[in-house]
Amino acid sequence: MIRPGAMFGTLIASVFRKPATHRYPAARFEMPANFRGQIGFIAKNCIGCRMCMRDCPADAIEIRKVGEKRFEARFDLGRCIYCAQCVDSCPKSALEATDRYELAGYNQDQLKAFFEAAPAPPAASAAQAAPQEEPSPKEPVPAPDPGK
Amino acid sequence: MPDFGNVQIPVGPQHPALKEPESFLITLRGEKITAASVRMGYNHRGVEKGAEGRTYTQDIYLVERICGICSHSHGTAFIQAVEEIAGLDVPRRAKYIRMLVGELERVHSHLLWLGVAGHEIGFDTLLMYSWRDREVVMDLLAAVSGNRVHYSMNTVGGVRRDVDSALAETILKGVDRLEEQTKYYIQVCSEETTVIKRLSGVGVVTHEDALRLLVVGPTARASGVARDIRKDDPYLAYDELDFKIVTSDHCDVYGRTLVRLGELMESYSMIRQIVKNMPDGPITVKAPRKIPAGEALSRYEAPRGEDVHYVKANGTEKPERVKVRAPTLANLQAVSHMLRDNNLADMPIVIAAIDPCFSCTDRAVEIDRADSGPRDRMDWGRLRAHGIDFYRSRGVDFTELNRSLTRRMKKL
Ligand code: SF4
Ligand code: SF4
Repeated sequence: MIRPGAMFGTLIASVFRKPATHRYPAARFEMPANFRGQIGFIAKNCIGCRMCMRDCPADAIEIRKVGEKRFEARFDLGRCIYCAQCVDSCPKSALEATDRYELAGYNQDQLKAFFEAAPAPPAASAAQAAPQEEPSPKEPVPAPDPGK
Repeated sequence: MPDFGNVQIPVGPQHPALKEPESFLITLRGEKITAASVRMGYNHRGVEKGAEGRTYTQDIYLVERICGICSHSHGTAFIQAVEEIAGLDVPRRAKYIRMLVGELERVHSHLLWLGVAGHEIGFDTLLMYSWRDREVVMDLLAAVSGNRVHYSMNTVGGVRRDVDSALAETILKGVDRLEEQTKYYIQVCSEETTVIKRLSGVGVVTHEDALRLLVVGPTARASGVARDIRKDDPYLAYDELDFKIVTSDHCDVYGRTLVRLGELMESYSMIRQIVKNMPDGPITVKAPRKIPAGEALSRYEAPRGEDVHYVKANGTEKPERVKVRAPTLANLQAVSHMLRDNNLADMPIVIAAIDPCFSCTDRAVEIDRADSGPRDRMDWGRLRAHGIDFYRSRGVDFTELNRSLTRRMKKL
């Protein structure tokens, strides 16, 4: 039977229903277990093999050596495509996909994530220069060795 | 009314009805379209060239981004070719998981299309409700893969994420709800005057024309051409599934609607079979970083039709050549045929009915230079220089802009 208004019943029923939309940001989302959000860095596990940099399709991750067996990580959140390939490539589970997803910012500084290296062991720290802080924004960041 | 003769109007590349740039030159007589030509090439992204400069692992994520909707289709088509060259025996469980995501993706794509079609004919109620229900399958895809768009399930030699029994339960529950809703939409589309009157006889491609114009996917099947790569040249484990090819002999946009709705029902039954018969075992095999020299062609039935990927390997970590033929390229030439003898107002829905994806389609750059003999191919460096000169001669110089951008980036 051909008739107009075939969806009329649904329309009327919807008036008495809860809206289908979410009340974000008042109500937060629960991310699925496999979610690939911002990548986190567990400094003490890193051995500096740079497999993550080698496999990253977006050139978004940079691992730098700051001392004996100490590595810091820098992520460009604007470049990262959240594929979590680096997490799969890392042989030492030094990277993890977190459930952080609200990563937009008002300027480019907010799109840079920095993870400090693990603290140096007490004996070594005395011999070393002062532990490296996050470099000031003025200081040019050396181009990463693509390792390819 | 005076006869104005033939009037030509250019539509696009920034088109009011489509989200992607594409140019149509329409010749009108009164309100009737007498001729139409399609011009593509506004959305070329250099994906193939980019793939040559990246490793196979990186390329998976690049080719996945050819399309935001059938991203799993492109990823799987590419990875199948790579695995064929490498001679990898992908575990059956991985194949089943790939099929599962592939069918969920088809459901997502067809529900999306149903909404778009509703919108193009002014039936926005259909858009709102079908997109509400599409959320169910988006959530399922997120539960399986982690994310709603760009599932990134594939890796060379298998898949990256497993499906456990709790997840299988969730999928089956979601599919039940989707099936119930799809039945409702089938009922709406076979009863509602707006849909039937508005879509019947619009954008006709007869069975003979469909064969002649080599259309693919639902566009072909709606003209009674029973072609489906899943049946004709089964990949993954589609030969183990029980399903039928949905066709229609309406040959118009209404037929394409019915075919897509029918395919939704088939996909639900396939998802149930996949979940029920999922074999145990590993989900990946160890894959080498360097793929031995060789070439392979891989075909995949994407939601819009046959997707073809060609990969040539040279024994290194990076492919020597990747070639992609997205389904829209096969269907696009039929659009000018479909538009003929329709009213101008039917243009948006006729174009939308092939479910076009223009940025997926734009591939090769070929430039004919009148002053350099019959055929001249530019290499990468010359093409770049040509681009810079082209804009300079029109008074646009990006050099200063590039410099200032670089300076600003350095400051950060
Ligand atoms: S998630 Fe992907 S893009 Fe982001 S840093 Fe890791 S490998 Fe690179
Ligand atoms: S792959 Fe893992 S261990 Fe190697 S450099 Fe990257 S984070 Fe460190």
